[in-house]
Amino acid sequence: MNKLELQKRANDVRKGIVTAVHSAKAGHPGGSLSAADVYTYLYFEEMNIDPKDPDNEDRDRFVLSKGHTAPGLYSVLANRGYFPVEDLKTLRKLGSYLQGHPSIHIPGVDMSSGSLGQGISAAVGMALGAKMNNKKFRVYTLLGDGEIQEGQVWEAAMFAGHRKLDNLCVIVDNNNLQIDGPIDQVCSPYPIDKKFEAFNFHVINADAHDFDALKAAFDEAKATKGLPTCIVVHSVKGKGVSFMENKAGWHGKAPNDEEYAVAMADLDRIEAELEKAGEA
Amino acid sequence: MADIKKIATRESYGNALKELGNEFPNLVVLDADLAEATKTGIFKKEFPDRHIDCGIAECNMMGIAAGLSLVGKIPFVSSFAMFAAGRAFEQVRNSIGYPHLNVKIGATHAGITVGEDGASHQCNEDIALMRTIPGMVVMCPSDDVEAKAAVRAALEHEGPVYIRFGRSAVPVINDNPDYKFEIGKGTVLREGTDVTIIATGICVDSALGAAKKLADDGISAEVINICTIKPLDEELVVKSAKKTGKVVTVEEHSVIGGLGSAVCDCLCAKLPTPVKKVGMQDVFGESGSAAALLEKYGLDAEGVYKSVKEFV
Repeated sequence: MNKLELQKRANDVRKGIVTAVHSAKAGHPGGSLSAADVYTYLYFEEMNIDPKDPDNEDRDRFVLSKGHTAPGLYSVLANRGYFPVEDLKTLRKLGSYLQGHPSIHIPGVDMSSGSLGQGISAAVGMALGAKMNNKKFRVYTLLGDGEIQEGQVWEAAMFAGHRKLDNLCVIVDNNNLQIDGPIDQVCSPYPIDKKFEAFNFHVINADAHDFDALKAAFDEAKATKGLPTCIVVHSVKGKGVSFMENKAGWHGKAPNDEEYAVAMADLDRIEAELEKAGEA
Repeated sequence: MADIKKIATRESYGNALKELGNEFPNLVVLDADLAEATKTGIFKKEFPDRHIDCGIAECNMMGIAAGLSLVGKIPFVSSFAMFAAGRAFEQVRNSIGYPHLNVKIGATHAGITVGEDGASHQCNEDIALMRTIPGMVVMCPSDDVEAKAAVRAALEHEGPVYIRFGRSAVPVINDNPDYKFEIGKGTVLREGTDVTIIATGICVDSALGAAKKLADDGISAEVINICTIKPLDEELVVKSAKKTGKVVTVEEHSVIGGLGSAVCDCLCAKLPTPVKKVGMQDVFGESGSAAALLEKYGLDAEGVYKSVKEFV
């Protein structure tokens, strides 16, 4: 898939996020939008997966450690064909399979998550199991930059580094905002890259919204042998929706009807620009 | 009945893992720097590549076990009960229980018979914690025979299982040729008509001792061994309570949330019956030898005898 196509897909994923959260009247748009390009790259380009064969034991695995950004994961899964895009509107509603946080019973979801710090451990276990079973699949896990304040993240990182799990790719979505404010004001985890290096990871910094940079980063991760990789992606929380960008307040709040209209207009405008770029 | 043969259930656990290693090629064992104490070191010696030491990081260990189970392994995760059920409770709940993964937790050094290490390491709350997790099987074997049978049953069961093992050597009481183990089934070890004593783990031996003394006083006590606290053998509990009309529960655990509570939950719904709960009475333990602690907290045969005597 070329860069323009990925950008279009990412915009569709963003529309799905905003629509799901608006319909649910609750949820986490900010961190879903900041990671939308990463989700898109993973599910449309990077990972060896097949929506028609979601349980194939040789597939690559993804664990959303920052599980509150489930709308982003659900939107990319729906857009990739795991379930109908229309179902995104049932997010968080009683009786819907689209739970507030990822549940393993949802098509395409490899692990239940949402309690911060726990997803990375499960991903490490999967990567270890792949090695023990001589399987070639890779394991990806996405963490929030606030999430890495959880001590369990570093227990998992220590183990992964110690075991040289080069089939593991940890991605940290560094949008610099958590619920209570900027992460460096709440309880700074910086320098993130140096910390993972100290835990024996190969570390790559990349622009979270540039598909060329994401491709280079994930290619480098795949080529890295003998140690796990951590990609710190530098992102804008709320990316793509003008009034949500870089606002901690949009971490866990749904847009009302007026705000939803503005958000969709923003994304329609981006779509039109991408269409125009495609024609040129 | 062997009178003198004694073995700690943690030792039985390690032996069982080793014995089952070839039969269950997907079995892997995780530990958190306690392989010598939890006795998973016995398995490690035989299957070094299938023993994963996670270092002193129990929360991460539970998550790793979850991940391993999702790629075809059957992990047995070990630590002391305090850290397996206590420290890592939320990881067990959210990373193992909620997705209902095929992970087995072998928790050793449960209860006050940890002894000299004192209250910080004497976990009297693990049964209560684990039984609140939907879908979790909770077992507490009474001796070597039952401990080994429970490990096998856990491996054959699909889904999360918590098994509680003790540190101190306990008499072997189930070594008879008719012995059969089944998850969710209790056993009547002694028939009686005046009172039912329902015990679990090492307290089964105390209950049997108490029943003998009660018989000398003309009191006929029925003794039931409950290894599986969840799901509880409600049929057996109700049947015995109907016969005797009085129930005493005995456990090396807090009287809040453990076997006693499980029995009360059952009886208050199905056959309201007076129940006396013998166990740790909402207090922490302390340092001392296992035997001295059992005596002080009324969990040895003499203590159980006195409790039943007062009650009937």
